[in-house]
Amino acid sequence: MFDYLFNNFDRVWPRLVEHLLISGISLAIAIVIALPLGLLLNRVSWLTTPVLSVLGIIYTIPSFAMFAFLIPFTGIGAEPAIVALTLYALVVLVRNTMVAFNSVDPAVKEAARGMGMSSRQILWRIEIPLALPIIVAGMRIGALATIGLTTIAAWIGAGGLGQILKDGINNSPKLYAGVICIAGIAILTDLIFRLLSRSVRVPA
Amino acid sequence: MQQVQPVIAGQPGSEAANSQLSPSNSAPAIIFEHVTKRFPGSTLAAVDDVSLEVESGTLVVLFGPSGCGKTTLMKTVNRLHEHDSGRILVEGREARSFKVTDLRRRIGYVIQSTGLFPHMTVAKNIATVPEMLGWDKERVDKRIDDLLDLIGLPPQEYRERYPAQLSGGQQQRVGLARAMAADPSIMLMDEPFAAIDNITRRRLQDELLSIQSKVRKTILFVTHDVEEAIRLADKIVVMRQGKVVQYDTPLHILTRPADGFVTDLMGAEDVLRRLSLLSVESVMLPPPAQPMSGVGTAPTLNPTDSLRDALNDLLSSDSPVLMVEDAGGHVIGTLDLNAIKRATHGEDM
Repeated sequence: MFDYLFNNFDRVWPRLVEHLLISGISLAIAIVIALPLGLLLNRVSWLTTPVLSVLGIIYTIPSFAMFAFLIPFTGIGAEPAIVALTLYALVVLVRNTMVAFNSVDPAVKEAARGMGMSSRQILWRIEIPLALPIIVAGMRIGALATIGLTTIAAWIGAGGLGQILKDGINNSPKLYAGVICIAGIAILTDLIFRLLSRSVRVPA
Repeated sequence: MQQVQPVIAGQPGSEAANSQLSPSNSAPAIIFEHVTKRFPGSTLAAVDDVSLEVESGTLVVLFGPSGCGKTTLMKTVNRLHEHDSGRILVEGREARSFKVTDLRRRIGYVIQSTGLFPHMTVAKNIATVPEMLGWDKERVDKRIDDLLDLIGLPPQEYRERYPAQLSGGQQQRVGLARAMAADPSIMLMDEPFAAIDNITRRRLQDELLSIQSKVRKTILFVTHDVEEAIRLADKIVVMRQGKVVQYDTPLHILTRPADGFVTDLMGAEDVLRRLSLLSVESVMLPPPAQPMSGVGTAPTLNPTDSLRDALNDLLSSDSPVLMVEDAGGHVIGTLDLNAIKRATHGEDM
C-alpha cells in the first residue's frame, strides 16, 4: 500500500508542496481578511446580517460549480482555486471571529474601560487574548476544510495532491498514495492547531 | 464589625472618624452641581438636576429602586457616562478637564461581576493600573503583596492563581484590591456584593468597613439592598427617577425619612418596630473601665428599656453615649448609635 508512495516519492513530493501552497495561501489570505472583518461585525452590528448572508450564499455554491464559474475570469490553474478556497474559508473565519469577539464578557470590557484603558489597550490586552481561543478553533476548522477542498481544485488544473487522485482513479497504488498524503497533511494540521489552541487557552 | 470597632473607638477624636453624626469638615472629594444625564430616546432624564457634595473619606451609598439613576450617577464620576449638563468636580477639578483615561486611572472601580481579566493572574490583574501609570516592577510587586495581605489572601498562595481558580468572595476581594492598586483616593463600587451569597456578603461588608477604617477612601457605593446601605454608609443618597430624594445619615433616613417613598423603600417602619422590640440589655456594651469625661451629662436608661427609647434619648441629647443603670444606680453598660445600628440588623452582640 505504501510502496507506490516510497518508490515514487520524487513524483508525489511536488504535488504535496503544491497542495500545501494552495491551501496555505488561501487560508492566509482568508485570515488576513477575516480577522478585521469579523472585528468590524462585532463593532458595527447592523453589518452582521448583510455580510454573513452574502458569505452564506457563497458557501452554498458547490465547489465544482464555483471553480468552473471562476475559469472565465481567472483561467484555469491555481488562481481560480485560491480565489474559491479563500471565499469558502472566509465564511467560517469571519463568522467565527465575530462570535469570538462577541463572546468577550461585557463586564470585563467595562472594568477595563473603568480602570482607564484606552480602546486600543482594551483590544490588544483584553479582547484579542480572550477571543483568540475561539478564533484559533475556527482557523482549525477552516484549515481542514481548505485542505480537503484543495483536492478538488486539481480538476481545474490547479495541481496538488488531487492530481494524484485524478491520475490514480484506475491505479489503486497511486490512489492510496494520494489519500495517505492528504490524510497525513490533515492530521498534522489538526495537531498543529490543537497545540496552538492550547497555547492561547484562557484558564478556566 | 468586631474587628472594626476597636480601630474606630480607640482613636482619639473617634467622633470625627465615625462620621455618622459629624461628617468631617475637609473639602468635598466629589461635588455634583446640577448634573443631568439623559439617554438618547428617553424622555425622562436618568439623572435629573442632581446636586451633592461627597465629603472626603466618607462612604456614601447611592440607594434606590432599579432605574432610579443611582448607577448612572455613579458612572458620571469616571465618565463611563458623560453628563449632559451641570458640573462634576473631582477633588476640586472638573471631571471633564481630565483626559478621560487619566481620570479613570485615578479612581478605583469595582463592579458586581468583578470584571477580573480571566486570562491574567491575580497579580497581573492587580498590577493593571499601576503598570499603566508606569510604576517600576519592584514597586508594583510590593503593592500586590501588600494588597493581598490587606484582603486576607496570602500572596505566596494567590499571586499566580487565575480568577477562575478563586471562589466568588475571593474574586470580589481581588476586584477590590485591583481597584485600590494605585491607591486612588476615590473609589466607585457598583453593587460589588450583589451576586454573592448572604454569609459571604456579610463578611465582605465587614472587611470593607475594616479596610475603610484603615484607608479612609472616598467611596461611592451603589446598592439596592437596604441592610447593606445602612450597614456600610456614612451617608445615604436616596434616589427616585433621577432625583435625590434624601441625602443623610442612615439613622436620619430611618428616623426622619423625607417622605413616604423613603419610608417604604427603607422599610423604616419595620426597623423602628424592631427597635421597639429589642431591649437595651440585649445589645448594650460593657461599661467603661475608667470613668469617661462628660458622662455626668449622659442620659441614663434601664436595662429593660427598648432600643426605641434609647434612640429617642440619643437623638434628643447631645451625648454620643447612654449609660445603662441597674435598679441600684450602678452603671452596668453603655449604648451608642453603633450598637443600636447593629441591633437593627438583628446581629448578635
